[in-house]
Amino acid sequence: MTDQATMNLVSFEDAVSRYDPLIGLETHVELGTLTKMFCGCPARFGGEPNSLVCPVCLGLPGSLPVTNRMAIEYTMKIGLALNCTIADTARFARKNYFYPDMPKDYQISQYDEPLCTDGWLDITVHDPAAGDEPRPFRVEIERVHLEEDTGKSMHVGSTGRIHGAEYSLVDYNRAGIPLVEIVTKPVAGTGALAPEVARTYVAELRDLLRALGVSDVRMEEGSLRCDVNTSLAPRGASAWGTRTETKNVNSLRSVARAVRSEIQRQAALLDAGQRVVQETRHFNEETGTTSPGRSKEEAQDYRYFPEPDLVPVAPSRDWVESVRAQLPELPGARRARLQREWGLSELDMAALRNAGALDLVAETIAAGATPADARKWWLSELLRTANKSGAELGDLPITPADVARVAQLVDSGVVNDRLAREVIEGVLAGEGTPDEVVTGRGLVVVSDDTALTAAVDEAIAAHPDVAEKIRSGKVAAAGALVGAVMKATGGKADASRVRELILGRLS
Amino acid sequence: MSIARAEVAHLARLSRLALTDEELDHFAVQLDQIISAVARVQEVAAEGIPPTSHAVPLANVFRDDVVIPPLGADKVLDQAPAVEDQRFRVPRILAED
Repeated sequence: MTDQATMNLVSFEDAVSRYDPLIGLETHVELGTLTKMFCGCPARFGGEPNSLVCPVCLGLPGSLPVTNRMAIEYTMKIGLALNCTIADTARFARKNYFYPDMPKDYQISQYDEPLCTDGWLDITVHDPAAGDEPRPFRVEIERVHLEEDTGKSMHVGSTGRIHGAEYSLVDYNRAGIPLVEIVTKPVAGTGALAPEVARTYVAELRDLLRALGVSDVRMEEGSLRCDVNTSLAPRGASAWGTRTETKNVNSLRSVARAVRSEIQRQAALLDAGQRVVQETRHFNEETGTTSPGRSKEEAQDYRYFPEPDLVPVAPSRDWVESVRAQLPELPGARRARLQREWGLSELDMAALRNAGALDLVAETIAAGATPADARKWWLSELLRTANKSGAELGDLPITPADVARVAQLVDSGVVNDRLAREVIEGVLAGEGTPDEVVTGRGLVVVSDDTALTAAVDEAIAAHPDVAEKIRSGKVAAAGALVGAVMKATGGKADASRVRELILGRLS
Repeated sequence: MSIARAEVAHLARLSRLALTDEELDHFAVQLDQIISAVARVQEVAAEGIPPTSHAVPLANVFRDDVVIPPLGADKVLDQAPAVEDQRFRVPRILAED
């Protein structure tokens, strides 16, 4: 196919040097309400197939939907946190399509009267071409609307995909779970940063939704799903190019990769004088490329019309303001505050975020550690361990309180840095709390002068040349003797005390 | 306001209704008559009157977020034409290529 043949001909750098990308993102979020959007069935992930359904979400004749107040409130929360206007009147509409993932043959959604419109989300990306200079972007939000999720179909046949399937099996547990769709306006002016802008936007949105407590935002379980629109126009052109929509991109990394790969693919097509077809594409995790998906029915083919079974939602200003008053401190504001309080640079903060260490460090500080100590232990020792085993920092079997205790043990001189690393190793190995590991492994620093003096004297006797240098004023040479004492005591000596003793002996 | 035969054929395809040419002729004329009749409302609809989607002026009908026990898979699947692995078995989904 042309796709494959031309794919490698245009490097990403080359593509963005000659074309301006325009991106847009549609993010679907399953709300964490207890019940579904229009019925009282549990809105829960998992569960035996078809065990969480009732006549309403099965679309049985005679059943009628009733709107979940909490879902409306969660959606308003999202809208307000994204600086949107909350509509005076919002309406549900039927989106008609023929596909067995919705047993009604339509999905209740919102069309021309969504609940929230015209907001924005500020993000910062780091520009590697400019020394990781922070670049702020404002991603404008077109709309935030509410709909119901669809059921899950499994295609049975040789391929496991729709093509070649002999029949399909459908589980409706997910059908009817409140689903919020957040649609950005086209984001222009990103240039080579387009993949990173897309990734950072989704990450920021995920953090925001998590802070709001409206969803568990697990991309791998599908409670946060992303469609990425990409188009290219020759640099400086006045009109935008034809866009494609890459569906269901299910990790932050994939969001960036999908944009990157579409930019390269479209640049290759345009270079070859071909045109980009407006279509839905499918992202392949293994290859990091996109392939054509099912063709999209035109918007008018969904034959949207106002849902006759549901009355409009007209939130009073009092309701809107009471929801606004409940908003927690939002991630952007929180980060700015923590950065100030901890005295970190923008890049330090970015490193903490990228490592997923922000909350862990905050909790470690809350448990009594200094910002410098908390940051040091999480980003050095623990991050190394996590990376080695491919785990997330938060999944390591050590708590922020444990880390704070380790820092405290170092501070009070019970252990030195080297022993502290052993303490952490012990906690990670399941040997108990830091104190238990210290006792269990006998890791207490030897700062008892009698014991240390003997070791110091031995070291001096063993290295007369070094001792002589120190005596003649070359204090820096003491390091060699400190090293010898540390070695002799199995690393358990209090190094600063040893140094004092050596200098005392040789002055 | 009228509806052309081609549009009826398009709608039939979207709804996966297999209409014969005779049926299409028949329904296209009928639908056109129905739509033309309903379209007469546009002759009286004055400017500034929002389209009516509900006959009763009512808004904000909600339920609390409280679980109602679901039906249970046995009952749910009891009436399904075909079941496999506790799921509804449906015919091959047409590839929309």
